[in-house]
Amino acid sequence: MSTPAKNRIVGTSVPRKEGVDKLRGTARYIDDIQREGMWHGATVRSAVPRGFIRSIGFDRKIDWSEFGVVTAADIPGENHIQMIVADQPCLADGQVNHCEEAILLIAHPDKHKVREAVDAVHVEYDLLPPVFSIEESENQQTVIWGADNCFKSFQLEKGDVDSVWSHATHIVGGEYRTGAQEHLYIENNGVIAEYSVETGVTVWGSLQCPFYAHKSLLAVFNLPPEKVRVIQTETGGAFGGKEDYPSVIASHAALLAMKCGHPVKMVYDRVEDLAATTKRHPSRVRHRTALDANGKLLAMDIDIATDGGAYSTLSSTVLSRATLHSPGPYVCPNVRIRSHAWATNTVPYGAFRGFGAPQTVFAVERHMDEIAASINIDPIELRRRNFIHEGETTATEQLMREPIILDKLLGRALVESNYYNKRAEFAKENSGSAIKRGMGIAAFYHGSGFTGSGERYLNSLAGIDVTAEGKVRVLVSSTEFGQGTNTVLTQVAAEILGVEYDDVIMAPPDTGIVPNSGPTVASRTAMVIGRLIERASQQLLSMLREQASLPEQFSRQQFFAACEQLRKKAGEVVSLCRYEAPPDIFWDDQKYRGEAYPAYGWSVQIAQVAVDTVTYSAEVEEFWSAQEAGRVIHPILATGQIEGGIAQGIGYALYEKVVLQNGRMANNQMTNYIMPTAEDVPPIHVFWEELPFGHGGFGAKGIGELPHDGPAPAILNAIRDAIGVSFNSIPLLPEDLFAKLSIAPKVEEPASV
Amino acid sequence: MSAATPIQLNVNGANLTVTVQPMKRLLDVLREDLHLTGTKEGCGEGECGSCSVRMNGDLVNSCLVPVLQAASTNIETVEGLARDGILHPLQQAFLQCGGAQCGICTPGMLMAAKHLLAYNPHPTMAEIREGLAGNLCRCTGFMRIFESVLSAARSTTQETHAR
Repeated sequence: MSTPAKNRIVGTSVPRKEGVDKLRGTARYIDDIQREGMWHGATVRSAVPRGFIRSIGFDRKIDWSEFGVVTAADIPGENHIQMIVADQPCLADGQVNHCEEAILLIAHPDKHKVREAVDAVHVEYDLLPPVFSIEESENQQTVIWGADNCFKSFQLEKGDVDSVWSHATHIVGGEYRTGAQEHLYIENNGVIAEYSVETGVTVWGSLQCPFYAHKSLLAVFNLPPEKVRVIQTETGGAFGGKEDYPSVIASHAALLAMKCGHPVKMVYDRVEDLAATTKRHPSRVRHRTALDANGKLLAMDIDIATDGGAYSTLSSTVLSRATLHSPGPYVCPNVRIRSHAWATNTVPYGAFRGFGAPQTVFAVERHMDEIAASINIDPIELRRRNFIHEGETTATEQLMREPIILDKLLGRALVESNYYNKRAEFAKENSGSAIKRGMGIAAFYHGSGFTGSGERYLNSLAGIDVTAEGKVRVLVSSTEFGQGTNTVLTQVAAEILGVEYDDVIMAPPDTGIVPNSGPTVASRTAMVIGRLIERASQQLLSMLREQASLPEQFSRQQFFAACEQLRKKAGEVVSLCRYEAPPDIFWDDQKYRGEAYPAYGWSVQIAQVAVDTVTYSAEVEEFWSAQEAGRVIHPILATGQIEGGIAQGIGYALYEKVVLQNGRMANNQMTNYIMPTAEDVPPIHVFWEELPFGHGGFGAKGIGELPHDGPAPAILNAIRDAIGVSFNSIPLLPEDLFAKLSIAPKVEEPASV
Repeated sequence: MSAATPIQLNVNGANLTVTVQPMKRLLDVLREDLHLTGTKEGCGEGECGSCSVRMNGDLVNSCLVPVLQAASTNIETVEGLARDGILHPLQQAFLQCGGAQCGICTPGMLMAAKHLLAYNPHPTMAEIREGLAGNLCRCTGFMRIFESVLSAARSTTQETHAR
């Protein structure tokens, strides 16, 4: 690892902040918490993909007076979940648009009785014709959303694509598809809500974005901001799956709490969580690419379609990130991209690590290997000839001002994986063996932080204070759900303030206590919030020097003594900073042009895959990942992010299939939705290059999403290398390999009688 | 539904009697009746291993065990790992090697790792993979967990694991 300036705490692998509690089993997740007089809530859900609700019947075998029941009519404010467009009802009112849509809520002190009551509610429907696929949605024969089924579309054009086709030496087309993917956090979605007229709504929950849930609750209850409080509890995995959905379940539990006059817990079991909550958007991406005789890109024409499900939720921003990652890490003078997010009658698709990028990176990186095969050039060489460099512009005409070291990352990955020797060796061995091995590559970037003007709109506020007990507290709404927020932000504060790591703690992630530092998404926390904590810490030192005689060089004791001095004078020791966009970063929302992201993480990944031509199984045998994501603040946590993202990416490629029947997930159990286990994940080798980024916390850029973008194309490229057959669709299961590789024996047509 | 019945258990070394429905899941008895919420539910069908505990030295999914079946057995849960405020070598190794991320699979993973090392104090990588194959982790990609188990195996004696 190349190492920039040495620090005391930043760049070292201190123990995870909340690690001991997690290891002792004393960390309190939502289902570990009880409130006095607490009832249990459950949801009556739609059994049909689309229709009018004709009637709701309550079985007489149940004594309904024991239960609290909430319908859309009980909502005091707006019957909408506030995301980008307010189209998703909190509870269905007259019509349902997907299976498992929430219609009615029930609560009871006994959690077993509430389940029985759900089964005793009988909903009848007048069915409407549903739409289940991108193709059915885009042909608009049945319109299920808006005027044309389209949630959002983007179009961008750089140069003049149509002028190129006539004189290009090579033109290569391809179509690539990706399936839905379930987050499969091991802790399901869950919340506890309380309501009183005096204090309003309080929600504790497993969630990523306390202020997203806060915003939704304000609208559903028509309350002022100070009457809604959202507190994140220890969160057992999220991956984007607890970005938008908690706004739904929080609203439901809070409505029940208001109706029943009791705290209400709603914790989904696995079957409900899988069937009813968000997944990664399925996609179809078409490429048409022109190249010159030297294999240099002349034009890329890219058409992207995503399946957004029944309501718009985050589909527009997922589509934007998908669009902006679709040309890959290459420079091309002429680029046209059209993209659409389409409505279907399935559970709304939502945020999932990578947020649209894994879909379009799969397409472009699979396509690069198809181009290489088609024009007879080495896939590595094709990439090398087209890599984007500092000083060149992207498809949105963003001038790349920071150094880009793709060649170095590529070189590192090739050497560490012994790529060329292995390919030669496998080519020799494969012919005589039923097991065919191959090597595949993917090169890609991932934009750090919100897309375009997003960070300016968020306008995050974050900071630190020092308590009377002598602890520095980090004040953020940025949450910990395994990725290391607590640890990394406290490292940054401790480093600047000259105190020990243990002197710094996190303030509770409670909207009543911490400022709004924005959502914990988009690989933004270390870069954007880390930078705010760095600035707030520096600002506190300036305050202490000006107002409390802190010397230029100081000890830990002198720091805390100065804090006490300031407290006596000012009553509190607090320093907050607001987001400032890096200079020269401008994004034009209207023209969809400019600096799409302030910074990019870069990576080259290589997969070694074995295809068993007897069992038709494909297995990843070893995996290498080289990446540059700015300064690495915590090597073990950062490496853990890469490894975990790769394991999810392997699942995305080879294991994880969401089977929909009538628009409803049919395999909504861990028994039949299969993720890679300890025996499936191969040895993963992670290599860092560090180029500190001037506008990130201690030079950090985003890490969390980057590793998930590459495994699927690298693995399918390796399969092509192994057996010479292209697969352009994921997940790729043994039955898919079988269907294409096995040649069915010819049978004579039976004579018709 | 059958009536609540007194059932004796030894949990983390303490003899206890719980009066519950005999078909109540051991998981729920631990979490609801004994307030040992370290043991987690992930799937409720024995697939994820988050609810792993040891029962008379066997590794079980406590979501699949009716408490009746656990009567008069010794149950070990994550809460019993640390002694006198000192972390078990496995807990220490997970902390140092980054074996826990979100932490929700961690209690079950620790119990599976303890079980593995109890029978095989110096496992190979293949044996670790097999030993932990019943416990799903969605965060780490397992690499840091394998390293944690290897590290614990290196740093401790057989006697420590047997405790």
